Amino acid sequence: MSNALELQDVEKSFGSVIALQGVSVEVATQSVTCILGDNGAGKSTLIKILSGVHKPSKGTYLLEGNPVTFESPRTALDNGIATVFQDLATIPLMSIWRNFFIGNELRKGWGPLSRLDVKRMKEITKDQLLEMGIDLRDPNQPIGTLSGGERQAVAIARAVYFGAKVLILDEPTSALGVRQSGIVLKYVLAAKERGVAVIFITHNPDHAMLVGDRFYLLNRGRLIHSWERANVSGDELRKAMAGGKELEALTNEIESTRNK
Amino acid sequence: MSNTTTDERVKTAGLVTRIFRRPEVGALLGAVAIFILFTSTDTTGNFANLSGISGWTDIAAPIGIVAIAVSLLMIAGEFDLSSGVMVGTTGLIIGMLVQELGMNIWLAILIALVFAAGIGFLNGYVVVKTKLPSFIVTLATFFILKGANMALTMMLTGAVRVTGTDKAPGFKDAFNIFATRFQIGDAYFQISVVWWIVLTILATWVLTRTRFGNWIFASGGDANAARNAGVKVDRTKITLFMLTSLAAALVGIMFVLRLQGMQAGQGVGQEFYYIIAAAVGGTLLTGGAGSAIGASIGAVIMGMAYIGIPFSLWNSDWTSTFLGLILFSAVMINTFISRRAKGTK
Repeated sequence: MSNALELQDVEKSFGSVIALQGVSVEVATQSVTCILGDNGAGKSTLIKILSGVHKPSKGTYLLEGNPVTFESPRTALDNGIATVFQDLATIPLMSIWRNFFIGNELRKGWGPLSRLDVKRMKEITKDQLLEMGIDLRDPNQPIGTLSGGERQAVAIARAVYFGAKVLILDEPTSALGVRQSGIVLKYVLAAKERGVAVIFITHNPDHAMLVGDRFYLLNRGRLIHSWERANVSGDELRKAMAGGKELEALTNEIESTRNK
Repeated sequence: MSNTTTDERVKTAGLVTRIFRRPEVGALLGAVAIFILFTSTDTTGNFANLSGISGWTDIAAPIGIVAIAVSLLMIAGEFDLSSGVMVGTTGLIIGMLVQELGMNIWLAILIALVFAAGIGFLNGYVVVKTKLPSFIVTLATFFILKGANMALTMMLTGAVRVTGTDKAPGFKDAFNIFATRFQIGDAYFQISVVWWIVLTILATWVLTRTRFGNWIFASGGDANAARNAGVKVDRTKITLFMLTSLAAALVGIMFVLRLQGMQAGQGVGQEFYYIIAAAVGGTLLTGGAGSAIGASIGAVIMGMAYIGIPFSLWNSDWTSTFLGLILFSAVMINTFISRRAKGTK
């Protein structure tokens, strides 16, 4: 498998604070790479570097083997790196098809008569969502009437349709219930099947285990573990994530408080 | 197509729901109710005939023309409180250029339009660059222009009004385009009514069928999400501030030609009528939803009130109170309808 994207020994500091240090990540094409970490582990900083919001202080960012620097998320997007942020994905009062094509509107006609090709956009929206397995009721309905999971799914389908080679998902399941999370995870796999390299950022080891091919664990700005799917179990992942011994100590402490 | 099987669920969304999802439905129902009210209380027998209609459309047109632009701006999430005073400013510019310099009317109109576009640009530029609320920025513009209208008119002409605009070279042609009347049956309608209808159709087309319209909704709906998707939010907003100023300038041109002069205080206070028309028409004050037709229906309601109240022999002093109550009930009804329409799932 070739790498769609690679970070080599990346460091990011803000003034005297080192947010990330010595981070090397390989993201293969047509795979799901999970980046796990608790709050404050440096996940947000890593996403922002990957999506072009921040530039790394040190280290190299390789896109299909070539070193790149992105000036803005827009340049990253133009290079096929799409990011679906937790809450900034869609505009609630606008219809589903308008949301799908926002910023990439199809038009027909010329000059001052240039107008939206509404019919085609509705058709494509419908077809694309259907292909991702999303059963759409009415593309005219405001996207705010969809559930959180469905909205994430539309955002994923949109990124895939507009040629994303790398899809970065920022905690897509963290605000969702169990069933809704399941829906989103299904679309993560659907995106992978369509050849996209998915980077799935989460603090939920169970969700990661369900879809991931490779796992990285971030802690206090460093990568402290990496696994391939073949040689890790859900239990190991959960333990590592909770910090093994730390969890044990915490369990004992809580037990003793409860038993007082 | 393979997806015809999923289409059957579209029908369950229902025609009624889809109609009630339109933002201007509340205003339309209100307009019909008010029309019926004044037709039944009318003591002159003229409210519902052509001469009555020519009366209330004459009042509605200048409000509607600016309210359409204000409505688009509000959909994009911004206010313009300087839109009323801009009517006076542009009229005074034209009047003064003619009175003091004997300038050709067309050149004076061009200068006034450029000035209005410039102020609109400045409003928009300051709002997007400083991220201050447009309410405050345009409130400042409002007061700056209001003072300047009075002070400069006094300084340059020694009076609180400019006159003699009809003596300008080219006046007749400009008058025929912007301020003339035309006859239907036994009633005379203002040409401004034609401008208003054409602009309503144009604005509706732009809003619902062009990329710019899509960007207006996106900018007001969620500016951050829109920016992430590649929408040029700042440019959209600045353009709308310019269009609002230009719409006010168009009304200023109409007034100065029709009245052949202008008072220094003209237009002040009108900004609220535009906002009322837009809000009655279903435009959300927080941005993201609304329509141009709605704003025009809002203007119609105002025109009907201004004619219907004296025709019913009610005390006209209560007109503002009546409009206040209309605004209040319209916003309540709109909110109720949109909640119902959205609760389709």
